[in-house]
Amino acid sequence: MPDRNSPEVLFDSSPCKKKNTKRYDLIVIGGGPAGLAAACAAWEAGLREILLVERDRELGGILNQCIHNGFGLHYFKEELTGPEYAGRFLSILEQTGVEVRSGTMVLELTPDREVHMVGRETGYQVERARAVVLAMGCRERTRGAIAIPGTRPAGVYTAGTAQRYVNMEGWMPGKRVVILGSGDIGLIMARRMTLEGAQVLACVEVMPYSGGLSRNIAQCLNDFDIPLYLSHTVTEIRGKNRVEQVVVSQVDKERRPIPGTERVFDCDTLLLSVGLIPENELTRQAGIEMDRRTSGAVVFEDMETSLPGVFACGNAAHVHDLVDFVTAESQRAGQAAARFVQGGTAEAGPVLEVETGDGVTYTVPQRIRPDRVEKGCGLFFRVNRVCGESEILVRSGERQLARFRRDRLAPGEMERIILPRAALDQAEGRLTVSIREVDAV
Amino acid sequence: MKELVCIVCPKGCRLKAEGPDSITGNSCPRGAEYGKMELTHPTRVVTSTVRCTGGLHPRCPVKTDRPIPKELMFEAMAALAAVDLTAPVRTGQVVAANLCGTGANVVATRDL
Repeated sequence: MPDRNSPEVLFDSSPCKKKNTKRYDLIVIGGGPAGLAAACAAWEAGLREILLVERDRELGGILNQCIHNGFGLHYFKEELTGPEYAGRFLSILEQTGVEVRSGTMVLELTPDREVHMVGRETGYQVERARAVVLAMGCRERTRGAIAIPGTRPAGVYTAGTAQRYVNMEGWMPGKRVVILGSGDIGLIMARRMTLEGAQVLACVEVMPYSGGLSRNIAQCLNDFDIPLYLSHTVTEIRGKNRVEQVVVSQVDKERRPIPGTERVFDCDTLLLSVGLIPENELTRQAGIEMDRRTSGAVVFEDMETSLPGVFACGNAAHVHDLVDFVTAESQRAGQAAARFVQGGTAEAGPVLEVETGDGVTYTVPQRIRPDRVEKGCGLFFRVNRVCGESEILVRSGERQLARFRRDRLAPGEMERIILPRAALDQAEGRLTVSIREVDAV
Repeated sequence: MKELVCIVCPKGCRLKAEGPDSITGNSCPRGAEYGKMELTHPTRVVTSTVRCTGGLHPRCPVKTDRPIPKELMFEAMAALAAVDLTAPVRTGQVVAANLCGTGANVVATRDL
């Protein structure tokens, strides 16, 4: 008999855990654009026992609050709003037999692919899977992450939170707004708040260039004459109960505020669009190798992580600008998961490490198994500076394997190249991706 | 000469416009068309939300089914404030016809 007073008994939650004997072919964690695409692709590839787990009440993820248009030009060849893009995938999902559990939060993924989850109706369930796709998306960086000095009043929101309030819940967060950060969500919210009757006084960016797409600067700021202050940041938040003022200062090349450049904005709201962080608590807990540069898992060419049979895609793997690329990447993850379950995976063979050379901040994938690449391997990366006409160089040792030209490169715009299988076969051990600006003549 | 950023796709080509019929810097025909429109009568698709009762959320996202004159955006927003829907709403359903006399319809962009 166990001792009723021992801590193990008091805190043992196992009686309420329901461990199921069924084994799914695939469990997809997250029902946003990445999870939807992965689940549909795995079904298409022949898997029939698929479980899609979503924390929110409904599927679609961030797309549900991105009511603006501009989605789907690559994938659907037409311009859709976020909810429409999600709707297309929900219709595809309806045609499949994928089991959906919404309102359910995954608590843990074990290395032997047991997925612990809890939901209001289903309680604590432990499900087993032959393969898992991690599609948890990302979270916004907050005021705490960037440590803005000042008081702690109401009225400081992350841009995505404000977006959800305005677009889904019908609340206006404020009337006079300053936006810190020029990421796409911040720019989109500048327009949105303006259209809804707020006055957006400024968009403030610490870097000398915008973090968002140029077209969003054009259609969200310039259309409404909202000033963009580059190389500026918020150095103080003032207000007792509600934000009353923010102080904005210019910064030097090391991003230190320059004394004497302060300007004060009377406002009631500060929106933060200061970066996104892939959400990977489950990934880390499962002991999967992480990449400090992406804050996502280290992945191979088919989005497989260091844990065989576990794949990562979408914003959980690295933060994307375009949902179309999330879809394509997640379909690859879903197809690879299906191949893994069906036993159709080719021999791994040698592994190439992809390294970041000059001007490149990260690459996805970080590792390539050439034997598993059919014609070509797509490679995403970001650069660390704005460049004019440039070359993207892929080398292995002294040997140049591939070269790509671009008219312009910017950190806010993710780049994608396709490495031909033939080039990969010439590589040994490692690949280095770098950029070189072509001198203007 | 005027410099414009094309908003047709995420690429964001930098257009140079000598006049409505001499646009350079575009990498597709839609860019030239955008540049011409921007110099003559700029238009935008307006996306917003309208009140909706009885659905999962109190707001239903909507869009104009074609671009409307840019200067009518705020007038369009005021017109949308008067729209009140009752669930169920289907994607593509017209929730306001001929918005501000532009000929554009406002359609729901999700099921609710």
